[in-house]
Amino acid sequence: MRELALHILDIAENSISAGADQIKISVNEDFLNDLLTITVEDNGKGMDAETLEKITDPFITSRTTRQVGLGIPFFKAAAEACDGTFQIESEVGAGTKVASVFKHSHIDRMPLGDITGTLQTLIIGTPEVNWVFEYVVDQNCFVFDDQPIKETLDGVPLSEPAVMKFIREMINEGIQDVRQKVSSTI
Amino acid sequence: MATVKSLDDLKRIREEALKKQQMKETSGKTEVIVGMGTVGIAAGARETLKTIMDMIENENLSDIIVRQTGNIGLDSFEPIVQVVLPGEEKVTYGKVNPEMARQIIKEHIIGGKIITEYQIMG
Ligand SMILES: Nc1ncnc2c1ncn2[C@@H]1O[C@H](COP(=O)(O)OP(=O)(O)OP(=O)(O)O)[C@@H](O)[C@H]1O
Ligand SMILES: [Mg+2]
Repeated sequence: MRELALHILDIAENSISAGADQIKISVNEDFLNDLLTITVEDNGKGMDAETLEKITDPFITSRTTRQVGLGIPFFKAAAEACDGTFQIESEVGAGTKVASVFKHSHIDRMPLGDITGTLQTLIIGTPEVNWVFEYVVDQNCFVFDDQPIKETLDGVPLSEPAVMKFIREMINEGIQDVRQKVSSTI
Repeated sequence: MATVKSLDDLKRIREEALKKQQMKETSGKTEVIVGMGTVGIAAGARETLKTIMDMIENENLSDIIVRQTGNIGLDSFEPIVQVVLPGEEKVTYGKVNPEMARQIIKEHIIGGKIITEYQIMG
């Protein structure tokens, strides 16, 4: 994959498959410490210790093991190729948190890419999940929560053209706003 | 601080949408589903879905439900797009790039004609 946003989409798909109805994605660009952190947190069914070990251990993650997929090893490899770390915590019946840290300035770090496209896909395409997106650049923060939007819509579907436009623009503006604030304070 | 977009804007959008719905006889909704597993994403499924969403937005196409799903289980045909017109059977298309997605919307969803050369089963 060529964008971190595509990895985020893929990791969030795991949360949906785990039956989560609350999923929080956060992206934190910390220029002061030269770090980029991505977390995906869900309230899905979680994993036991044995499964957890299997999916993060590259020696056990063999292709012949049907239950082990590509998504997590891919994301882990992407972080580790950038002097970064990968962490996954999970509790059966409670949820899972995946966290990847990258060295922000690392030459092999993929660009964030189309975050809005990833969020649109998730929000519009999986309306039964409550999506929260938090974007932090240094001390500036944008939080998007689709709950108040759904409450306001009160039954009007998210895939209504004007609603899709509203959500796309809201996310785009929020992201740009945070980025502009940072560049104007430097 | 506050973004330009407000929930008041959304309330207006909601009212417009409801008015539009009342004027039409309810003909049911068309469903478009795009497979979004790891293989699908790597093959460009997000761009395919994005094209479909942009087209719905730009051409103001109401009554289409867009869904994404983790696993359709046909890895070698990703990106996969499925279309269900109201009261009709599901049609599955394979290796759908953005250009093909635009064609599927025009010819199948708007025009009602299945594009058999892109179809992979059924
Ligand atoms: N958020 C999560 N909650 C519960 N289980 C999870 C979660 N994320 C991953 N898993 C478990 O770990 C397995 C491996 O995930 P991974 O993304 O690597 O592959 P996959 O989703 O099975 O297949 P794919 O190659 O399509 O991603 C999953 O099949 C699932 O059992
Ligand atoms: Mg996966």
